[in-house]
Amino acid sequence: MAEILIQSAGPGVTVQDQGRPGYLAQGLSRGGAADRLALAEGAALLGQAADLAAIEIAGSFLTLEATAPVRIALTGAPMRALCQGAALTWQASHLLPAGAQLQLSGSRGGMSYVHVGGGIAADPVLGAASAHLGAGLGRMLAAGDRLPLGTDPDGPTGRTFTPLDRFDGGLLRMVETPQTRLFPEAEHTRFTETAFTKDARGNRMGQRLTPAEGEGFGLPSGLTILSEAIVPGDIQITGDGAPFVLLSECQTTGGYPRLGTVLPCDLPRLVQAPPGAILRFRFVSLDEATRAERDEATRRAALSKSIRPLIRDPRDMPDLLAHQLIGGVTRGDDLDRSAP
Amino acid sequence: MPEPDDMPPLDPPSLHPLGVDGVLIRFGAQLSEGANRAALAFRAALEADPPEGTEETATSLTSVYLRFDPTGTDHARLQAALAPLLDSRDWSRAPLPGGRRLWRVPAAFCTDLAPQLEEAAALAGLSPEDAITAICAAPLRVQTIGFAPGQPYLGELPPVWNIPRQTGLTPRVPEGALAVAIRQMVLFSVSTPTGWRHVGQTAVRLFRPEADDPFLLRPGDEVLFHPVARDEFEALRDRDASGGAVAERLG
Repeated sequence: MAEILIQSAGPGVTVQDQGRPGYLAQGLSRGGAADRLALAEGAALLGQAADLAAIEIAGSFLTLEATAPVRIALTGAPMRALCQGAALTWQASHLLPAGAQLQLSGSRGGMSYVHVGGGIAADPVLGAASAHLGAGLGRMLAAGDRLPLGTDPDGPTGRTFTPLDRFDGGLLRMVETPQTRLFPEAEHTRFTETAFTKDARGNRMGQRLTPAEGEGFGLPSGLTILSEAIVPGDIQITGDGAPFVLLSECQTTGGYPRLGTVLPCDLPRLVQAPPGAILRFRFVSLDEATRAERDEATRRAALSKSIRPLIRDPRDMPDLLAHQLIGGVTRGDDLDRSAP
Repeated sequence: MPEPDDMPPLDPPSLHPLGVDGVLIRFGAQLSEGANRAALAFRAALEADPPEGTEETATSLTSVYLRFDPTGTDHARLQAALAPLLDSRDWSRAPLPGGRRLWRVPAAFCTDLAPQLEEAAALAGLSPEDAITAICAAPLRVQTIGFAPGQPYLGELPPVWNIPRQTGLTPRVPEGALAVAIRQMVLFSVSTPTGWRHVGQTAVRLFRPEADDPFLLRPGDEVLFHPVARDEFEALRDRDASGGAVAERLG
């Protein structure tokens, strides 16, 4: 069985898939990839199921090699990818030759993903392979780890697509929570008029935000809330008034007041915002939110139709004569196919 | 814990959207026996006959959360399906779900394993000995499981235990720690910082991901602690993951 060998890994590199839905009643949140859209994109690039496990890199670095030739796809936050000295295009699929070193570095923040043909075949625990560090399931990857791979359905490499634009911050749509109306109306307005950036304190459980100006947000003093269900996307207002947006590995219940809930289809925009990028919030109706979720589900289901050959710019090619030129462009995967 | 007939009437239950794909059904803004009973019973009714599009349900202390597939149904349809069920009876007086169990769990209360027992007992106006007796006097209901996998909130203790959480955090309590505040106890499934006072120690592992049945307790179960000496606690801890906990069926 082919394996991935981890040669070096920075902090926050984990195996992730769609997580473990269905255990909220037992106190276990779903977890899974922080940007599930990136999983769908990797699956579309490789022409395989979106529930296969991939490697998530949380603004860190990773070097690996494979024991056999494997198809890979790179999605999520772009990084610098080098294979045997050649730069690989992000948001694209490639063939990684056996024993060739893949070096990923230079993250600007956000979550990056490495997918492999057949997926990472780690033993499932509670139905999933993903690490859920908060629940003590799995762990961060480290040098020396060997990850077995599933059976690759096979298919072309050298494919790319244009990802949903979500790597520079922007507008996050939210719906009201059962506690939104406990906050004074003026605070709603101030919140939606405030520009936020990501605080360095962010992880798979949640992301703290810093307002560009103004005081923190909060309920009138003395109001306490009995702990109840909390969900990814909830904007908790913690004791110091800073918003903390819950992410895939959040706890299952909580007692902080929540000002709004970011739509699941907009969470990748938060997850992928680099440091310093401006994030803003806007309330939408439940009807608008439902339409947005359905539109995004439809768009994701059709992702494979948007996959196209990776066309390299001839000026970037070190040895033009080594490639078959067809009207100035190549198939795009011949670098991969001709690799040793 | 008072019987339902002694309980004052609760506010009517309420339905709230929780995110684009969830509904929260609240039975009370404050914890009470009736509101907790209603949440447990209503969730059992949903599990027995889930509305179309339901993905999963869960309870917290006084509410039920239902997550649905927003591509297949929507809030209006879900609420239309839930409202008649909600109105069909007084859920605060409904029988608790079937299949519940009574767990007898050994707990050690010697000083270094229960470092805040004296402090908590003093706040409750009890001697440490009387505090142990009180904690072990009657079964406590698993009111909900949350915060961490398999971790129960147990209650309700008698009114003298209405003691506040600490203002500061204990940096770390071990897995299996028993802690108290606001007439409730938490039995920790992970080692964690906490504002609850650490008054006892069990050897039970509540979350065993590798086991066929990874979660020891279920909401609605009952837990009865009994004191054991240090050597017995250590023997239980070294023997297996159960920590000496044994179950019998309730009802």
